[in-house]
Amino acid sequence: MTDLRNLTLAQARDGMAAGDFTAVELTETFIEATGAVRDLNAYIVETADQARAMAAASDARRAQGQVGAMDGIPVAIKDLFCTKGVQATAGSHILEGFVPPYESTVTQNLWNAGAVMLGKTNLDEFAMGSSNMTSYFGPVANPWKRKGDDAVLVPGGSSGGSAAVVAARAALGATGTDTGGSIRQPGAFTGIVGMKPTYGRCSRWGIIAFASSLDQAGPMTHTVRDSAIMLGAMAGHDPKDSTSMKLDVPDFEAALTGDIRGLRIGIPKEYVMDGMPAEIDALWKTGIDWMRQAGAEIVDISLPHTKYALPTYYIVAPAEASSNLARYDGVRYGLRVDGDTMQDMYENTRGAGFGAEVKRRILIGTYVLSAGYYDAYYLKAQKVRARIAGDFNDAWEKVDAILTPTTPSAAFAQGDKMDDPIAMYLNDIFTVPASLAGLPGISVPAGLSAEGLPLGLQVIGRPYDEETLFRVAGVLEDAAGFDAKPDLSGLGG
Amino acid sequence: MAELLKGQTGEWELVIGLEVHAQIVAKAKLFSGASTEFGAEPNQQVSLVDAGMPGMLPVLNDEAVRQAVRTGLALNAKINLHSIFARKNFFYPDMPQGYQISQYELPVVGEGEIEIDLPDDAVKNVRVERLHIEQDAGKSIHDQHPAKSMIDLNRSGVALMEIVSHPDMRSAEEAAAYVTKLRAILRYVGSCDGNMQEGSMRCDANVSVRRPGDELGTRCEIKNLNSIRFLRQAIDFEAARQIDVIEEGGTITQETRLYDSDKGETRSMRSKEDAHDYRYFPDPDLLPLDLDQAYVDALKAELPELPDAKKLRFVEELGLSPYDAGVLVAERDTAAYFETVAAGRDAKLAANWVTSELLGQLNRAGIALADSPVKAEAMGGLLDLIADKTISNNIAKDVLNDMFETGKDAATIVDEKGLKQVSDTGALEAVVDQIMADNPDSVAEYRGGNQKLIGWFMGQIMKASQGKANPQMVNELLRKKLAG
Repeated sequence: MTDLRNLTLAQARDGMAAGDFTAVELTETFIEATGAVRDLNAYIVETADQARAMAAASDARRAQGQVGAMDGIPVAIKDLFCTKGVQATAGSHILEGFVPPYESTVTQNLWNAGAVMLGKTNLDEFAMGSSNMTSYFGPVANPWKRKGDDAVLVPGGSSGGSAAVVAARAALGATGTDTGGSIRQPGAFTGIVGMKPTYGRCSRWGIIAFASSLDQAGPMTHTVRDSAIMLGAMAGHDPKDSTSMKLDVPDFEAALTGDIRGLRIGIPKEYVMDGMPAEIDALWKTGIDWMRQAGAEIVDISLPHTKYALPTYYIVAPAEASSNLARYDGVRYGLRVDGDTMQDMYENTRGAGFGAEVKRRILIGTYVLSAGYYDAYYLKAQKVRARIAGDFNDAWEKVDAILTPTTPSAAFAQGDKMDDPIAMYLNDIFTVPASLAGLPGISVPAGLSAEGLPLGLQVIGRPYDEETLFRVAGVLEDAAGFDAKPDLSGLGG
Repeated sequence: MAELLKGQTGEWELVIGLEVHAQIVAKAKLFSGASTEFGAEPNQQVSLVDAGMPGMLPVLNDEAVRQAVRTGLALNAKINLHSIFARKNFFYPDMPQGYQISQYELPVVGEGEIEIDLPDDAVKNVRVERLHIEQDAGKSIHDQHPAKSMIDLNRSGVALMEIVSHPDMRSAEEAAAYVTKLRAILRYVGSCDGNMQEGSMRCDANVSVRRPGDELGTRCEIKNLNSIRFLRQAIDFEAARQIDVIEEGGTITQETRLYDSDKGETRSMRSKEDAHDYRYFPDPDLLPLDLDQAYVDALKAELPELPDAKKLRFVEELGLSPYDAGVLVAERDTAAYFETVAAGRDAKLAANWVTSELLGQLNRAGIALADSPVKAEAMGGLLDLIADKTISNNIAKDVLNDMFETGKDAATIVDEKGLKQVSDTGALEAVVDQIMADNPDSVAEYRGGNQKLIGWFMGQIMKASQGKANPQMVNELLRKKLAG
């Protein structure tokens, strides 16, 4: 038998359909793989027993001829999703030990499609970070290393654990959430496909909130086809989320025609940043050539408010977070550190329960919403956000998709940029604008840096037009032919 | 203009604005499917949303919106087709999300007005500034454990309307009239049961004093007044307190105060310096509330007749006095009772019997109209017996007493007790003749000019007939016979 670990999600699906192997066999392979890559610290909780039971149930369904789109596919779940009976922490001490009595809509959709849960993956605390360094449960290691350098690199964040387990071939796919780039940036850093759908495509119900107007779940997979299959299983209108869109879920996989002839691909001039490494720029130019060679029309466009995206994001997201995280007060669930008064209890609990980055963002968010500062910060940021969305609306008059780099650099070492939040925030410079506009974006591994690390290119699409997005991404993927793999030989469990 | 208050140094004008929190009648809470029934065991009506569990999201209850819009229409208010839910952020243990979902800059209902009824048939318009929808908090219970507070989240997330008036009231009496009228409107519309004891209607009063003609003074907000009586007491106390402070050379500081009904005084709860910065911002979990005009128009068309319109109709079409009409429309139940009694009958007679006899009896017995042993149909039956002269007014009062005690209908009681009025001329003549024969001196005195004695004769005859004699016929017979 081929090594099941090296299959793509689509190949595994087809292999089970062909009777080449069972869900139980596949799942055992990945439970073993999970143990083999434990050094990455990618999981907060492993759920091997549950995985085995789910796989057995999948095989039983298959025997009855009743299989879903993801039947028997072992996946990892970012620990921001509430999972019934399995601890959900958001990577925070304040939720350590919290076991939700309910299942998030997106994960329930996956289980309804037959997927198998391997465990809950590590993440930046409350999804706030671009390095996975802020998790209370310790940093996640990127399975990739620089050539000739043994430094442990970050997998990106906040969905770093999910990215790492897919890159290390310890799961066929994983859920991520993306608020300002938390799927796409780790996707780029680990050489996998990271996809953020249109805001409203996936239900947010049962996902621990960071910034409600930005948070969106999405798939992290080896290939664009896998991404299309997995998003199809995750997405759908949910009456429990007022911001989820009342739209049918198209057959995303069917959109992968490989044909982008005549499509207009926009190249935004504002995404050329001072000090951006030459190899990022070179990769982008190569990507533009690939698009042109595939028959697409390349159109230079302008997104003039791009430079305000990052500061806008760092007002809007912390503002919402400061309110969303108020419920972690020690009264009902999670950590409680007693005090002499109610006020002391709040302070002790939140002081001990939240890490430095979360506190920083709560402080920023509280400040920008405060009387006297609201107009200058939050209200202004909302206006700029509308301008940024307007830039994209204007662009859609001229183009069908936009191509940009995903990140301004390859993965960096654990510990780098920790003393400089602004440098850390710059990781999301190319991903944040689409987030603010609620647009779908996908990062496709497109090449290696001089140091041998994966680099990604991002495709941004029209709202609710994930089909075109996938189609373009599929062509990009084929052209890039990215087949480099991290060396997992040094890892242990 | 309401009366001015006399201080040591001159006259003061009292200025009052009210914020009324009214629980919306709905089976489910504002943003969760949990039940809202009163009186459940603690924490039995709490959904995951109400408990502020991680990842839970609010979904707006359309029925709450419908009731708020209907209420706005009943207040002759502007309905804002576009409104926004905002988060009001503050920490409190019985508020699980760490914020209250409310409306701030764009409420669903804008400017409206309420006509309040004052003594001597006077009326006054009080402007309503806004009505917005918000969720209630839970309840903290401090007396169950020596060291711990208990939390009951049954109320958490229950839908409220906050109805904010302009500072248009000038006395505790006007404030009481405003709340009374507002409560009546809410009950007519059916959007709130108006039950202040159960907490489904509560009131915050903003009170300030000023010299007549001056700018508004600094106000204090008295929180959570749960009866109209306490509202009046709190306002009167607070006005006197503020006048004292100013007249003794002090200044009023803006603050939130609590009314202690045991001591009959207000006391400071927190000062402006300690006031929360609520950091309102639009709730990103909820879409803007967008209504279409056709929806609003349909709700307006379906609104029931409201107290003011009903009162006007009672006066103009039924010929009732404004006072009686006011009493009858004050409560929807009373008006409905009256209308059933009056249907096809003499409206003034019905009004008299309902206002003075029935409501009087019920008040004395401490029984609510809804629980009255005499239903409207039975009351109508009694009036029919008066109308067709089967019984007299006086006998009818006794019959009503019996109806209260026994629950029997009027006709049965009249039958069983043989109270049927005697209108047979021959029988009445015999009684009149007998009384005249027994009292020749009085007859002579009457004929000598003391016509007032007719009353005395009437009394004797009614006594002799055990009240059953038809008084009009007796009166006629007597006059004829006494005239000789």
